[in-house]
Amino acid sequence: MFRILRAALGALLIAGAATAVQAADSITGAGATFPAPVYAKWAEMYKAQTGAGLNYQSIGSGGGIRQITANTVDFGATDKPLKPDDLATNGFIQFPTVVGGVVPVVNLPGVKSGQIRLTGAQIADIYRGVIKKWNDPLLVRTNPGMTLPNLPITVVHRSDGSGTTFIFTTYLALKAAHWASDVGANDSVSWPVGLGGKGNEGVAAFVKQTPGAIGYVEYAYATLNNLTYTQVQNKAGKFVSPTAAAFAAAAAGAKWNAAPGFYLLLVEQPAPDAWPISGATFILLHTNQAKGKAVLAFFDWAYKNGDAAAAQLAYVPLPAAVKEQVRKLAWSKLK
Amino acid sequence: MSETVIASPPSSARSPPSGAWVGVIFEGACFAAATAVLAALSGLLISLVIGGWPAIHKFGFGFLTSDTWNPVTEVYGAAGPMVGTLITATVSLLIALPVAGGVAFFLTELCPAPLRRPIGTAVELLAGIPSIVYGMWGLFVFAPMFSKYVQLPLMSAARPGSLLETLTTGIPNGSGILSASIILAIMILPFMAATLRDLLMTVPATVRESAYGLGATTREVVMSVTLPYIRTGAIGAVMLGLGRALGETMAVTFIIGNSHGFPKSMFDSGSTIASTIANEFTEASGDMHLAALVALGLVLFVITFIVLALARLLLGRQEQRL
Repeated sequence: MFRILRAALGALLIAGAATAVQAADSITGAGATFPAPVYAKWAEMYKAQTGAGLNYQSIGSGGGIRQITANTVDFGATDKPLKPDDLATNGFIQFPTVVGGVVPVVNLPGVKSGQIRLTGAQIADIYRGVIKKWNDPLLVRTNPGMTLPNLPITVVHRSDGSGTTFIFTTYLALKAAHWASDVGANDSVSWPVGLGGKGNEGVAAFVKQTPGAIGYVEYAYATLNNLTYTQVQNKAGKFVSPTAAAFAAAAAGAKWNAAPGFYLLLVEQPAPDAWPISGATFILLHTNQAKGKAVLAFFDWAYKNGDAAAAQLAYVPLPAAVKEQVRKLAWSKLK
Repeated sequence: MSETVIASPPSSARSPPSGAWVGVIFEGACFAAATAVLAALSGLLISLVIGGWPAIHKFGFGFLTSDTWNPVTEVYGAAGPMVGTLITATVSLLIALPVAGGVAFFLTELCPAPLRRPIGTAVELLAGIPSIVYGMWGLFVFAPMFSKYVQLPLMSAARPGSLLETLTTGIPNGSGILSASIILAIMILPFMAATLRDLLMTVPATVRESAYGLGATTREVVMSVTLPYIRTGAIGAVMLGLGRALGETMAVTFIIGNSHGFPKSMFDSGSTIASTIANEFTEASGDMHLAALVALGLVLFVITFIVLALARLLLGRQEQRL
């Protein structure tokens, strides 16, 4: 009995010591699930090159913000940038890491990727339940020459709170006054119609199983799974396809200079080739903290060496000019 | 019976003479274990009340009656998820109970001896499958089949204006209240079947054999001898299943469709308390949103408590009647 107890106690002590050593060695972060795969990949490469470890827990943006506020992690990660006021109150630095975005996907018999063209107002009307059929005259207008089927539209949205939903609803609120007043923009909203799938895979599964369905997923998920996407009209009036170049165009064309704290949503960017429903994902850290330097060393390394790995996972790296601005405007604030 | 009476005194006499303090420690440990459960329970309840207080304070009783759930305007009401929880739990119980009963009776009364062990193990294995696996299976395998072989035929068979049409309106892609209930039924089935089987095993062979000896058929033995014998325990088994169905999260989240209103038909999408919390907790950044989710947890706690209390009440009545 005593022997078991002693063994258990010993094991506990060893485990405790091990975690303490680990905590001293590596930096810890928590937050958004969307960039988790690329942060994990970067951490693995960083460890191989420098020996310094990084432990990232993808607990969701809300959790990431709460944990960095409570100072239990070295950095937080969020898909929904904090407003400059909130940054100032908490003493946070905020900067973007990679760009992604939201892609409408459809299930229409015989329709291939990029064949259907939609405007933001049309998507808003579909998601409000105003446009109910695919052969609605409003949809025919932007798709001349296409024979749109007489199918009811099934709307699919995310059921879980998500940065993807935040970017998507922000875009709809910007494009349609009705959406802004009736529904609004948030990481989960009160959807007027449709059904909710859990995560990108849940939305994709419902869309695949329902002829006539439309849903929205992250760009990376749509690309890696070859989903049927639509073209969307951007601010310049051009119908664009969701490609890495279109996301990069949105990020490059954005006025980061004029956005204090990098509080910038990449929706409806003016660049002629920009994908209109883009967004960056962000890092939060305290201006005054012990491991701030180590955190920035990691992201500096990632900015320099991580682009290829990010692109492989279908994330869009930040344009070089934006990285330079981050170094100059955000990282210089660390004490 | 008589054996146990004889067996018990020596076991206590065999305890070591210097074992007085062992006994004290043993009693203390048992007491600590029991009070730890109580402390955990009350601590949980208190933290749920504290965490959910902002929402309870702001929305009051309306929290239980409103079906508005709007994270943008920060107006929350739990009625939609509450109704969804109760409907799915009840329907799944209605589906699972007869099957579980059948499995248990087959295993104890009818099953050929070589089959008994494989089937029993299969039922227990079903209980060990993690709920996320049920969810994924439900979404990727069950839903398309359910849509093709149940929803579409039913929807096309329904005459306009009939009750069937009202019950079957919805999106025919295999998601919704009924699909979620069926998945839940499969999940709670093994628990109930295993408990019922164990209960049926407790029926003394002499009782059963005397019934057969009187010329009763298998059906008669089951209906008038074994069933009444295990009645109280069976209610416990049902409550075990119901408890699991009320709190089941992941599998339901995948398949129920996740919309916060009252469901209007069998195939309409709905939500349950557990699925709503699982969906929104990670990204809930507003304080009121978080408080509303915690208050939702409190509601589930209370519902489960009421169900268990009702079960106790029923059990008590049964015992009196016996």
